[in-house]
Amino acid sequence: MAVVSGDAPDRPAAPPKVQGLNCPKCGAALSVRSFDHAVSIVCGSCHSILDAKDPQLRILQQFEGKVHEVQPLIPLGRRGRWHGAAYELIGFQQRTIAVDGAHYSWHEYLLFNPFKGFRYLTQYDGHWNDSVTLRSVPDATRGVIGTVTHEGVTYRHFQTATAVTSFVLGEFPWEVRVGESARVSDYVAPPRVLSREATGNEATWSIGQYTSGRDVWAAFALPGSPPKAVGVYANQPSPYGRAGRVWRPFLKMAGALLVLMIVLSSLALKSQVFKHTYTFDTRRAQPDQPESSFVTEVFDLQGHTSNVELTTEASVSNNWIGVSYALINEDTGQAYDVGREVSYYSGRDQDGAWTEGSTRDVAVIPSVPPGRYYLRVEPDADPGPGTIRYTVILRRDVPSFLLYGLALLALAIPPGFATWRSMSFEQARWAESGGSAPDMGSDS
Amino acid sequence: MSQPGANCPNCGAPVRFRWSSSVQTVCEYCQSILVRTDVDLRKVGTVADLPRDGSPVQIGTEGRYRHLSFVTIGRVIYEYDQGLWSEWHLAMSDGKNGWLSDAQFEYAVTFAAPRRQMPAAGAVNVNQRYEWDGVQYTVTTITDARYRGIQGELPFQTWDKEKARFIDLRSAAANCATLDYSDADPVLYLGEIVDGDALQLKNLRSFEGWPS
Repeated sequence: MAVVSGDAPDRPAAPPKVQGLNCPKCGAALSVRSFDHAVSIVCGSCHSILDAKDPQLRILQQFEGKVHEVQPLIPLGRRGRWHGAAYELIGFQQRTIAVDGAHYSWHEYLLFNPFKGFRYLTQYDGHWNDSVTLRSVPDATRGVIGTVTHEGVTYRHFQTATAVTSFVLGEFPWEVRVGESARVSDYVAPPRVLSREATGNEATWSIGQYTSGRDVWAAFALPGSPPKAVGVYANQPSPYGRAGRVWRPFLKMAGALLVLMIVLSSLALKSQVFKHTYTFDTRRAQPDQPESSFVTEVFDLQGHTSNVELTTEASVSNNWIGVSYALINEDTGQAYDVGREVSYYSGRDQDGAWTEGSTRDVAVIPSVPPGRYYLRVEPDADPGPGTIRYTVILRRDVPSFLLYGLALLALAIPPGFATWRSMSFEQARWAESGGSAPDMGSDS
Repeated sequence: MSQPGANCPNCGAPVRFRWSSSVQTVCEYCQSILVRTDVDLRKVGTVADLPRDGSPVQIGTEGRYRHLSFVTIGRVIYEYDQGLWSEWHLAMSDGKNGWLSDAQFEYAVTFAAPRRQMPAAGAVNVNQRYEWDGVQYTVTTITDARYRGIQGELPFQTWDKEKARFIDLRSAAANCATLDYSDADPVLYLGEIVDGDALQLKNLRSFEGWPS
C-alpha cells in the first residue's frame, strides 16, 4: 500500500486522527472517522442527527437520547484487529422489536477500515455476530418453503419482525433516523445467519457469523469480561455438535467390537468335549422306582478358565423331559449344578396349527476352570409307557454374544445422551423462532 | 503499452499516455482536458473540482485480475440518487483496457464487449432476461446517472457528455453486465463481481491516521 514503514506495528496505531467539526446545534466538537463515507453523524452531546453531506451539517433529527442513554460496550473510536485488519468503531445503534407486547433490543456496532470497508458486530443477550452485507440476493430454495440458499448452503427461516431504530451514536454511511423501522427476516444455518432487511421497496441482505464475546473483548482490548451469553441464539452453533456426528465414534467402536467378536469367536475353541445319547424309559419315572441317575465317563476340559455350553436334545413330542445335571471336577469335587427341561407341544385349534417349546435346550455354565470332569445326569418325566431319547452335548469355550450386546449398549450411552442434549439445544433454539412468514415478495 | 510523447497545448507540460488507445487525458499540471487528434492534442476544457469520495483507489493503483495485472490510468465519477460511484479505467498487462467499478467498497471488473445489436434503452425492464456469450443475465437495476468528474486517460471523449442511463444485470453466479446508453450506440460491458481483497490492490490512497 501507499506508505510502507519499516516497523509496521501489529496493533493499529493509537489515537486515530479525526476531522474537526462542530455541532451546529450545541457547538460540541464532532469527530468524523469514516472520511467521505459518512452520510449521517450523531452529535454525542445533544443527540442531533446531522447531514454529513451538507457543509453546514444540516440537522436532520434530534432525539431524546439522554433519557434512555445506551452505552456501547465498545467505545466509539476504539480500534481493534478484526478479520485480519485494523477496524475502528464508528457507529452504534440499538434496534428494538416488539413480540407479543414485549420489547427485545439488540445492538449493532459499525466497524470501518478505509481500505476494506464496513463490518458489523451485533450483540444480543451476550451473543455476538460478525456481519457483512451481501452483494447477491440468496435464492429461495427450490421446492422448500421458508428456506433460502446462498453459495450452496440452505438457510432455514427463523424469524421475521419489524425492527425500530431506538438509539444511535456515531456516524453511518446511510441516512439514519431514530424511530425508523425495517422488516428484518433471519434465516439460519449455524454458525451463519442470513438477514434480509427491507425498507420501502428496497431489500439488503447480510451474512453473519456467530462469534464469541471473548474474541471481541480480545480484539478491541476491552476491560473486564464480555457479558454472559443467555440462552440459545438463532445461529449459535450447537456445542454438542450435529446429532449425527456424535455417533461416528460409536460406529467406529461398534465396528471394532464386531471385528473383535469375529476374531475371538473364530479363535474360540468351541470344541465338543462330550456327546452321548441316552434313552429314558418313562416307566422308570414311577415314585417306587429307584433313582434314574447315572454318571458319565470322565472327559477333559482344556485351555483357560472358560465357559461350557451344555446342550440337551430330546425326542419329545407333546411331552417333556427334565434333566438335572451336575458337572463335577474329578480332582477337586467342585460341582456345577444345572437343571434343564426340554418340552415340545404341538396341536391345532381354531387359529390353526400351533407349537410350543423346542426339542433342544442350551445352557451355558460360565467360568469353569480346566481339569478332568464328569457329569452326573438325572432325567425325569411324566410316568408313561414310552421312552425318550435324549442327547447331551458339552462344548468348551463358546463365545457369548450377550456380552457383546451389553458392550454395544454401554457404548451407545454417551452418543445417545449427546443426541438427547443436542436435540434439547435445537429445541431451545427453535423455541425462540417465530414472527410472521418470511417476506420474499419484493426481492428482484 | 506505447507512450507517445507530446506536450500540453495549454501549458506545455509533457503529456504521456500509458495506454496507446486512450482518446482523452487530463494534463496533470493545468488540469486541461486534452483530446488526441491524428496530429496533436487539442484542449477541449478544464476539469472542475473533483467531488470528495472515500474510495481507497487512486490513479496509479495496481492490482491483479485473474492472470493479468493492471494499473488504473483514468476515472469517471458518476452521481446518482444514492451518491457517487467511480469507474476506473484500467490498462491491463495484456495491452487491452478494462474497467474497475468502485461503489462503496463493492468492486466489479468489466470489459467492453464487441459491438452487437442492443435493445433500446426504453425497452428494458427490471427482471428482464438476456443472454450474452452463453451466460444468462437478469436486469437488476436501471440507473440514471450524471457525469460528475473525470481524471486521467479515457478511451472516449467526455466533454460532450452530461447524463447517461446504465442498465445493470447479474447472472446466477458472479457475472455482471452493464448496458451503457451514454452514446447513441449503446455499449455492452461484461465482467465479474470481485472481492476487494482478491484484487490485491497496491499503491492505494493514503488516509490520515491509517497506516497502510
